[in-house]
Amino acid sequence: MLSRREALRLSAHLASLLSVTGLMPNLALSREGAYRAAFEAHSLAELSRALGVQAPVESREMVLQAPDMAENGSAVQLTASTTASGIKRLLLLVEKNPNLLAALAELSDAVEPSITTRVKLQQSSRVFAVGLALDGRCVFAQKEVKVTLGGCAA
Amino acid sequence: MTEPTKIRAQLLTSGANGANGANGVSGISGAAMSVPNNLAQSAIVRILMNHDMETGLRLDPGGKTIPAWFIQTVVIRHLEKTVMTLHCGPAVSKNPFFQFTLRNVRAGDKVSVHWTDSRGETRSDEASVA
Repeated sequence: MLSRREALRLSAHLASLLSVTGLMPNLALSREGAYRAAFEAHSLAELSRALGVQAPVESREMVLQAPDMAENGSAVQLTASTTASGIKRLLLLVEKNPNLLAALAELSDAVEPSITTRVKLQQSSRVFAVGLALDGRCVFAQKEVKVTLGGCAA
Repeated sequence: MTEPTKIRAQLLTSGANGANGANGVSGISGAAMSVPNNLAQSAIVRILMNHDMETGLRLDPGGKTIPAWFIQTVVIRHLEKTVMTLHCGPAVSKNPFFQFTLRNVRAGDKVSVHWTDSRGETRSDEASVA
């Protein structure tokens, strides 16, 4: 007979396993800690499965501002923004980092659909700005950023 | 014990943005606008949090791995409503910086930033829109 604590832990674990397979997409976006699988994804395909969204499509609706060259890989300023309406999440991805997903912003109507932050780039890499719409649509923009001094040693 | 989060929320028509935005110098910019103070406008919000953001991949001088320790969630609220939630991985730079534009704000409105890190530590700070 499982204690209540064990039963809850088992159901949370099962939910996170299911969300990675994409079978329960809504669950992935509504629970505290449910982005854990997304933050551990190593490819765009794995990431979109973890988030329960459709295959990502490159689109001019997404805008990524990033430097062509960063002297210091430990703080590279990136801006992800969109001209489309209906985008509710903005993500910043660094292809050659140990983990693909750097940051994710959940937007409300009270903010412009744009987020700027500074991230570490371990080495020269493609960077992606991804936008997720409520209907599961996934769009992205990409840019190659060259790094002179890698960002995980500093 | 972390230092307070620096929050600066500046109305777009206050003349303190644009070319001078980086250092927040107030003054007469090229096209000075006179806008009644009680009109709802947009504001650029800049946040600088104090946190080491350890990835768990660095080695200390003795060769031991420094454990991962990083802010995971940031909840930004304006007038008691959550306007943005940020989820961070360890790749966000040390002393996390975020900038975005908040709509429908008035001078004096409170903007608050509440973060939670991977150790479960939390911190809340707030500032007023200038």
